Amino acid sequence: MAGNQVLQGLDRLDLAVAPSDRGAARLARKGWATAWPKLLAVALVLAIWQIVHLTGWKHFVLQGPGTVLPDLWQMAGHGQLWAAVGVTLKQALIGYLVAVLCGSAVGLLVARIPPLRAALGSIITGLQTMPSIAWYPLAIILFTQGTVAIIFVMIMGGAPAIANGLITGIDYTPPLLLRAGRTMGLRGLTLYRYLIIPASLPAFVAGLKQGWAFAWRSLVAGELVVAIVGAPSLGVLLNTDESNLDFAGVTSIIIVFLILGIVVDMIFSKADLAVRRRRGLLDPSATG
Amino acid sequence: MTIPGNQLTPPASAPGVSALPVPADRAPERTEQAAEAVRLTDVSKAYRTGRAELVALDGVSMTVREGEFVCIIGASGCGKSTLLSLVAGLDKPTAGRVDTGGRRVGLMFQEPALFPWLTAGRNVELALRARGVPKGARQAQVAELLETVRLSDVGGRRPHELSGGMRQRVALARALAQDADVLLMDEPFGALDAMTRDLLHDELERICADRTLTVLFVTHNVREAARLGDRVIVLSSRPGRIIAEYEVPRRGPRRIDSPEVARLGATLTDRLREEMGSHGR
Repeated sequence: MAGNQVLQGLDRLDLAVAPSDRGAARLARKGWATAWPKLLAVALVLAIWQIVHLTGWKHFVLQGPGTVLPDLWQMAGHGQLWAAVGVTLKQALIGYLVAVLCGSAVGLLVARIPPLRAALGSIITGLQTMPSIAWYPLAIILFTQGTVAIIFVMIMGGAPAIANGLITGIDYTPPLLLRAGRTMGLRGLTLYRYLIIPASLPAFVAGLKQGWAFAWRSLVAGELVVAIVGAPSLGVLLNTDESNLDFAGVTSIIIVFLILGIVVDMIFSKADLAVRRRRGLLDPSATG
Repeated sequence: MTIPGNQLTPPASAPGVSALPVPADRAPERTEQAAEAVRLTDVSKAYRTGRAELVALDGVSMTVREGEFVCIIGASGCGKSTLLSLVAGLDKPTAGRVDTGGRRVGLMFQEPALFPWLTAGRNVELALRARGVPKGARQAQVAELLETVRLSDVGGRRPHELSGGMRQRVALARALAQDADVLLMDEPFGALDAMTRDLLHDELERICADRTLTVLFVTHNVREAARLGDRVIVLSSRPGRIIAEYEVPRRGPRRIDSPEVARLGATLTDRLREEMGSHGR
């Protein structure tokens, strides 16, 4: 049919030409484009540090990058640092997962049940502003020294942000999509499963990312104040170095914390980008 | 394009229903025996906004027979969309009765309202799943439905990778996937360019001819109504009441630019202007 051909011709015109984003050279160029600003920033920080060191300010304790970086390199050479990273990351993972479970459950319940929202909605937001370190006295009284106390504080720190992300996502489900879903016959639980939960994913991922930041901070604070029997964590190493007035050691651990934080944040950013790209929520010209 | 009535096979519908040209203003009750698919009896709908009460529909009575294509036109605020929501069962009338005899009702909007996280094919599949089609049968049906709207090649694409017209066709495939007997369309082509709209009119006509589809089509485009409808109903604004009804003689393929479509379009425009004028006074 002639109409069919016209329609298909129109379709072909309408479809955007997929950009050919493959090719090693292009990939390398893209990699370099994202890498150089970061490398420059690192170089700048090292330069300033070196200058401060050269001025001789606090010269009894402040060592330059020339001393600290080899020290860090040496630490990386033997097992203690890696063991500590392992202990801390394991703790982070457990605490974060529990926070995700709690946050998601609370978020879902609050979003679904109006009286619960009236009761808890503003409390959840309020909890987010609470500095996590303030929970430790309570956690230590309740759970004594140990892992459970840290997990408790990680939940108090991370779960509200995660719950809020989910609530926002559910609230912002486009009404038109809800109408479409209802006409299709989606009701109750299936409506949540196939429509509301997937629709709220971008906001939920944002909540997960923020929740991680809060939980990670709670963990680092916790490792400094809560004593745990067993293999030393990064926080314990930090404490020991502090008591030894070991500038290079303290700075090295801080750098390790920073690197870990940045790596995890990059993972979350990638997930966030992937979700938005799938949904066409990304301005194609704005992506690097 | 063939006349829909002649291709309908199910026993309930009478062949040749729309073949008879019945030029009529305020059409009399038709004598053919096609079963009623939708009946509205004295339907009113009022919305409460603060202290004010907005009457969207006031005493609307109409019937749509099986396999009939009825267009509803009216200026903004005439309660066109409210009417469809009531027929779809998404909303309850304040007074009166809406009866679809337990038929399946599908609804299409001006925006495609596709789920952006699913591919075109998965969007269609979800409608099948919601209806309880078993997993094994779904893939074949999705392929068939995409073929119906001539989009077999793009089933794996996501909505944002398709053009407006293609998205609206996916939405049509999804509405068809609901296996609806009655298809409610709320200005479905309103946001498309004239060329695409024109082509989709042909497509819609072909699809309706292949199935026993009863269509209630809301639009504010008089030409579109004249092009597509077996019958055109004109609603007044605020409150929405039926003020005129036109049977469309059907003698074969129509085009948006054919003289009889233009003539009916002009008549409809005049009627709407008259209605607007009464509001201006």
